[in-house]
Amino acid sequence: MKEIIVLAEHRRGELRDVTWEMLSKGRQLAEGMGAEIGVALLGKGVGQLAEALKPKAHRVLLIEDDRLEVYNSETYEKVLTQLITERKPFLTLIGHTAMGMDFAPGLAAHLKMPLATDCIGIDAAGETLSLTRQLYGGKVNATVSFLKKGPHMVTVRSGAFPVVEKELLPGELVKLPSALTDEGLAKRFLQYVEAAVGEVDITQADILVSIGRGIKEADNIPMVKEFADAIGGTLSCSRPVVDKKWLPKDRQVGTSGKTVKPKVYIAIGISGAFQHIAGMKGAGTVIAINKDPKAPIFSAAQYGIVADLFKIVPILKDKVKELKQK
Amino acid sequence: MNIIVCIKRVPETADADVIIGKSGKDIDKSGLAFDLNEWDSYAIEEAILLKEKLGGTVTVLSLGGEDSNESLRKCLAMGADDAIRLTDPAFEGSDGGVIAKILAGAIQKIPYDLVLTGTQAEDDGYGQVGVVLAELLGIPHAALVNRLEAQDKKVTIHRELEGGLEEVFEIDLPAVLTIQTGINEPRYVSIMGIRKVAKKEIKTFGTSDLNLKAEDVGLSGSDIQLEKIFLPPVGEGAEMLEGKPEEIASKVFDILKDKGGLA
Ligand SMILES: Cc1cc2nc3c(=O)[nH]c(=O)nc-3n(C[C@H](O)[C@H](O)[C@H](O)COP(=O)(O)OP(=O)(O)OC[C@H]3O[C@@H](n4cnc5c(N)ncnc54)[C@H](O)[C@@H]3O)c2cc1C
Ligand SMILES: Nc1ncnc2c1ncn2[C@@H]1O[C@H](COP(=O)(O)O)[C@@H](O)[C@H]1O
Repeated sequence: MKEIIVLAEHRRGELRDVTWEMLSKGRQLAEGMGAEIGVALLGKGVGQLAEALKPKAHRVLLIEDDRLEVYNSETYEKVLTQLITERKPFLTLIGHTAMGMDFAPGLAAHLKMPLATDCIGIDAAGETLSLTRQLYGGKVNATVSFLKKGPHMVTVRSGAFPVVEKELLPGELVKLPSALTDEGLAKRFLQYVEAAVGEVDITQADILVSIGRGIKEADNIPMVKEFADAIGGTLSCSRPVVDKKWLPKDRQVGTSGKTVKPKVYIAIGISGAFQHIAGMKGAGTVIAINKDPKAPIFSAAQYGIVADLFKIVPILKDKVKELKQK
Repeated sequence: MNIIVCIKRVPETADADVIIGKSGKDIDKSGLAFDLNEWDSYAIEEAILLKEKLGGTVTVLSLGGEDSNESLRKCLAMGADDAIRLTDPAFEGSDGGVIAKILAGAIQKIPYDLVLTGTQAEDDGYGQVGVVLAELLGIPHAALVNRLEAQDKKVTIHRELEGGLEEVFEIDLPAVLTIQTGINEPRYVSIMGIRKVAKKEIKTFGTSDLNLKAEDVGLSGSDIQLEKIFLPPVGEGAEMLEGKPEEIASKVFDILKDKGGLA
């Protein structure tokens, strides 16, 4: 039976959302081509996770080993090389996440398996796959095809595919032996380090005024801060503002920062890369201010203002102050 | 410590009006400014910081046309010792896997302890080349590195995960690390600084220098091919607030009162 394998991604005892998204997409593809869907789960003491996965797949391919207690590209590559070589799935789906980005390209190269990374669309005509990717920070989309015959590997962007509820699958538990030995590793896990806790918790704010690289210089931040103060908003930002050390890390919105759900999110001079949007798409209302009418942020906003932020923000501040007095 | 840094010259598109080119397979780059890939500017800075601390050399490698010399020179001005450009008409159409293969061919000719790449390129966004490179060189690696300490024969690195969490690994050298933005503050290079290295030789290598076969590079060696590009569907899109700035401001006030509980 033809099989699509999804790699379950989990960290510290919890399955990550991209797993369910891949299972949903994988199942739709499998149904379209008369294939079955298997989910590979690697870990130590992950029986409960296996139970949770069962209804979403024809089988859970479980590999338990003490040496898989935490993720390590080296152990993952060894174990998955054996699994894929033996089962020959038609397609392997892995998240394009901090974990997947660390090992999937190496695994594919090792297996000489054609790979397409960071896909936001996967369509199949028979066995021929057509993929959608983004280029230039999300400003254009591209249709991509495989030049070489399968089996293929695709890494999938988090949040790109919805989770569609369907009738339960049998979810047979298949325990497989681990390919690991006591041989030493060249890459050794030491510990996790938690994000530092800052003074301001942007996840609790009702109104966030968020700045991006469009702010150009640290000296321009007070201007936006005044506007934020005028509306009782809290200042947050995109990643480059933190990278440049203009604002502390705890103000960063996005996949590698915080996920926020304010009533109103005002994005100023932020282009709208998917890593940013992932952190703010839960906002009630999004207002985007950008001088580029094609900026991807406008497709994540309810209201858009095409303007130079240096001109419009001071006017916004004055107007709000004026109208509040009335 | 001898360090190799792979860098790419990319068009600056965040601020630009992006137009689809005639071929339908790429954007029209004629009016665009180009610069060093953002992630690579952090990679080269990290290499120079290590060199300043531990000694050794920094070699920069770039696969690209003659224009790439500009970015290679920028790296030399920042403090790199040598620059090599990989170029051949046969490289045209190479995907991420093939780019890694070509870079690996060049790296095998140079003694090294550490290879740094960016986490991803701003243009194609594969997020692939560094990790494939490690596989082809047969050495360990880590992606998304946002902190790095080098000891004698190993490095301790932090990998950035989702939500601000990090994981710490110890890795034996030689290794490949893909560098994440924010790991350092890339130094500024002045026009004077670039002028100083304007005459420095940039070696070039092609397919035959790298013991590669023409059919293994370019489109014929690639896994994937770009069929067409298009502007993303706008979806529901935003309601655009138009009019005089004061009118827009009044509308924003109304929205804030309506949706944000502005008192
Ligand atoms: C693994 C990984 C994790 C990441 N995590 C995050 C994350 O958590 N959060 C995050 O934000 N990013 C994250 N990124 C980075 C992300 O890919 C983008 O690089 C980043 O979001 C871009 O930030 P920006 O929109 O502020 O800058 P740019 O993309 O440079 O956009 C600047 C915008 O400002 C506009 N602008 C310029 N001048 C003006 C003006 N005068 N008036 C009005 N508009 C103006 C421009 O038109 C442009 O749209 C991550 C990347 C990776 C690889
Ligand atoms: N043409 C190239 N020349 C040199 N290095 C490259 C090239 N393309 C990609 N790289 C390196 O690989 C990294 C990741 O690129 P990518 O996998 O294309 O997203 C970049 O940050 C560079 O360090």
